[in-house]
Amino acid sequence: MQLEYFQLIDRIVDLNIGNKTIVVEADVPQTNTIFEGHFPGYPIMPGVLLTEAMAQSSGWLLLGLMKFERMPFLAMIKEAKMRGFVNPGEVLTIDAKVEHEGSGFAVTSAKVRVGKELKCNAALTFRHIPFPHPDLRVHMDAMAKRIGFPQQAMTHD
Amino acid sequence: MSSTFEQIANIIAETCDIPRDTIKPESHAIDDLGIDSLDFLDIAFAIDKAFGIKMPLEKWTQEVNDGKATTEQYFVLKNLADRIDELVAAKNAGTGTASGS
Repeated sequence: MQLEYFQLIDRIVDLNIGNKTIVVEADVPQTNTIFEGHFPGYPIMPGVLLTEAMAQSSGWLLLGLMKFERMPFLAMIKEAKMRGFVNPGEVLTIDAKVEHEGSGFAVTSAKVRVGKELKCNAALTFRHIPFPHPDLRVHMDAMAKRIGFPQQAMTHD
Repeated sequence: MSSTFEQIANIIAETCDIPRDTIKPESHAIDDLGIDSLDFLDIAFAIDKAFGIKMPLEKWTQEVNDGKATTEQYFVLKNLADRIDELVAAKNAGTGTASGS
């Protein structure tokens, strides 16, 4: 995770375009200024960042489904449940699946686990639009390469 | 089996917490009921699932923006019900036009 840049996903573990599912991993840093305030003496990962990690996981899945032709933006969070604390240094396994593909929007569900323990889950709605700026597309391509996004999934039929 | 309008009205009432008896066939979803674009995403999700279709919201929006259609054609509920019936009929006929963009 590069929390300062809001880049929360480190690796694509599995992307299944046919099943519309993705599994990713994210390494929670051992130290970060966020943990100095959240909370002194008891550092835990903020729920909003766990929610963002679920959104980014879903976002990579949607980017794959849309062949990187459109960019998803988080629009709605429902039923977000923080079920357990996430500590510095832990590895998150996040899986997401598409529940519905609408016209200009999509709904996903996502779960965060540490080991086998479910830490949080949510239902997320995204609007998606053509990339609003070429720099963003270039950035997402570079990010995709960094986290091991399957190249064939960027141009699948 | 309830009519398409009844189903839409129930979805809107439940999704947007609008009293069901204020939702009429002549109601304009935006102008009369005050539904914003984000709430309409929720409604579209529920309608898509309830009817097994994909409402072509992007196409409709583009037509309105291009002046080729009015918002009344799509967002007055009795008209929306007609559009949904058309989409369901197209799906059942296997024409593949039930989905939009």
